[in-house]
Amino acid sequence: MKGLNTALGAAGLAAFLALGEVVPRVGIVKEAYFPPTSRIASAFWTELNDGAFWSALGDTLTGWALGLAIAVGAGIAAGVLLCVVPYLREATASTIEFLRPIPSVALIPLAVLLYGTELKSVLLLVVYASFWQILIQVLYGVQDVDPVAEETARSYGLGTWARVRHVLWPSALPYVMTGVRLAAAVALILTITAELVIGAPGLGATIMVAQSSQAVPEMYALIVVTGLLGLIINVGARTVERRALAWHQSVRGEVTV
Amino acid sequence: MHALLDVSGLKKVYEGSGRRVEAVRDLTFTVDAGELVCLVGPSGCGKTTLLKCMGGLLTPTAGEVLLGGRKVSGPPPGMAFVFQEYGRSLFPWMRVGENVELPLKQKDLSKARRRELVADALESVGLTDAAGAYPWQLSGGMQQRVAIARALAYEPEVLLMDEPFAAVDAQTRADLEDLVRGLWRERGITILFVTHDIDEAVYLGERVVVLSASPTVVQEQLKVDLPVERDQLHTRVAPRFAELRTHVYEQIQAAKRGTLPVQDRLTKTDTPPLH
Amino acid sequence: MRRALLRLLFVVALPAVLLTVWWLASDGSTNVFWPPLRTILKTFPDVWTADRFRTDVLPSVLRLTAGYAAAAVAGIALGTVIGSYRRVRAVCEPVLEFLRAVPPPVLVPVIMLFAGIGDTMKIVVIASGCVWPILLNTVEGVRAVDPVMKETALSYGITGAARLRSLVLRSASPQIFTGLRQALSIGIILMVISEMFAGTDGLGYTVVQFQRSFAVPDMWTGILVLGMLGFLLSVVFQVVERRVLGWYHGLRAAGRRSP
Repeated sequence: MKGLNTALGAAGLAAFLALGEVVPRVGIVKEAYFPPTSRIASAFWTELNDGAFWSALGDTLTGWALGLAIAVGAGIAAGVLLCVVPYLREATASTIEFLRPIPSVALIPLAVLLYGTELKSVLLLVVYASFWQILIQVLYGVQDVDPVAEETARSYGLGTWARVRHVLWPSALPYVMTGVRLAAAVALILTITAELVIGAPGLGATIMVAQSSQAVPEMYALIVVTGLLGLIINVGARTVERRALAWHQSVRGEVTV
Repeated sequence: MHALLDVSGLKKVYEGSGRRVEAVRDLTFTVDAGELVCLVGPSGCGKTTLLKCMGGLLTPTAGEVLLGGRKVSGPPPGMAFVFQEYGRSLFPWMRVGENVELPLKQKDLSKARRRELVADALESVGLTDAAGAYPWQLSGGMQQRVAIARALAYEPEVLLMDEPFAAVDAQTRADLEDLVRGLWRERGITILFVTHDIDEAVYLGERVVVLSASPTVVQEQLKVDLPVERDQLHTRVAPRFAELRTHVYEQIQAAKRGTLPVQDRLTKTDTPPLH
Repeated sequence: MRRALLRLLFVVALPAVLLTVWWLASDGSTNVFWPPLRTILKTFPDVWTADRFRTDVLPSVLRLTAGYAAAAVAGIALGTVIGSYRRVRAVCEPVLEFLRAVPPPVLVPVIMLFAGIGDTMKIVVIASGCVWPILLNTVEGVRAVDPVMKETALSYGITGAARLRSLVLRSASPQIFTGLRQALSIGIILMVISEMFAGTDGLGYTVVQFQRSFAVPDMWTGILVLGMLGFLLSVVFQVVERRVLGWYHGLRAAGRRSP
């Protein structure tokens, strides 16, 4: 059964690639806009042998990883703090509800003025967008703590720190993992956006350069790279999530945020 | 005169990923119009498979099911199904009234007639006030009542019930059993009731069909000669009830061991003698 | 009454404190990039006139609506087809996983090639970025329709359009809304950056113009407008979601009470 699915999936992929080859060749779309698969593949190969490509990839990954790490750290710290200090959660609810939907791209002009094309520009956007993903999931997770477990911990006289460590954190962990997975995808989107729009060095900026210099196959090859990057991040985050939560019996749906 | 429901030589084999499981081997029995028949058998004996073949939800490997003389190939309009998993059989996004009305929308009925049927069915199960509630706001027993009301409103010739009370608590279960008996007597519908509970089978049924362990055949058919008027208090302590349940119990134990000469029993429909 | 007052206090206290802090801290600011809040607020009515709303905010919102709606229709329709057939799903899955993983903003240069830099390009960019989360979540939702519910529908002769309307789409709706929510954030990003790249009107275009001409207080008002637009759209989304998924939230709450 599984083997059949894999075969079907491979067939689908092959058909997709073949379509990409045939459509421009027979002239349904202009080759200048959409080069056939084989030309994109050869451009891809050329990129792989180019040092500039690897340094751009490194820049993108640095922005992504650093931004994500800061957002995860800050999100978890803020989330736990909000839940531990009495009344803080209620007091901040309206502010969070207002700040969260603000699109991080609104900060692009500010980032340009403040930091130009430095890494800090990228980080500003990435951290702002990913932070909320983490924070919201932490808050949901803490809300989901079994009141009985919490009562038990209190009745045994566990202190605040011990309660956070032994009751709150394990219950909230699945949600935090979901948050990290969502934030990882968002962080990549914002890293690429910052590079595209602001021109911070990285894959996004390279794509823009390729586009404006009419190097169309190279542009597509770079886009494929960003897609593969996204794929690795998605699959990786899902695997980590599943591994880390193997002990967790609860079956729960994803919270719509 | 045909029986309303005629199952002959039914066989169902599941095949998948190199494994071949014979769930039902060879089943033959009939249900007359207006009868209340209970199918009882050991756990995992293919009762659900049988019922799904009869309801047209599964295609049998061999044999056939006739409803009113016509072969069942796909869910026939004259049949209504009550599932064990009431929580998953009612649609949580619809209110109780809408859930009951939904199947009627497939029939060519006026709006007024539909409303009438819904109100009538809900009244029969004692849930007139719950029409505007969502199923998940009700208790398990009430949810199963809604599922029964939905089946009643559909006005089926045959009502198929697949272990409908297996997931509710004992008291609710007794109430629901009496509800089913009451509805059967009031409305004169034909009911085929599948259960693994021997007491329930004897208490409810006018006739009990005992199934063997998988691969399933009919182990025995038994007429329940208890009075039509039954109640939880007296019927269950009547000596005759005890005899019948003991007899069915022995049959099922024998079925599990697979010792009884099955072929001899196939057509036996008489009642065990009084001891 | 006291409880209600207390709740109100909780809602307004922190925003009031934050605004006050911003006001006081920035009041004497001579830093060009951080103008006093007083200046920003004074600039606001001069910049965001009714005329400007018509020429800049409205086109942005219209393009977003058109692209988002197109993505929703295409995503739900395709997702339902793919989710309903196991084989089709197996064939499409790897390709879809890849297309979903492509960061949507890279579509901007691609679609600029095809459709120039007009409204069409912006709408196509928004639609083709928003469609993936909607499509994949719909596939998941449709795939996960409860088998007992499917059998119930089958046994009562509920088939075809009625089955789609009263079973499949309703059952998948929580998942579909998760996708629509993700798509909304992506849509706003794409709306803004497609205008930043290439445009003659729209919010993104205007804000970048302010930034390029170093009209810093004006730029700040633009950021505020974008923030408010994001907030407003999210409120609208929540209202719709509460209406459509009221049953789902009730069901979950009931499930939590008696697991």
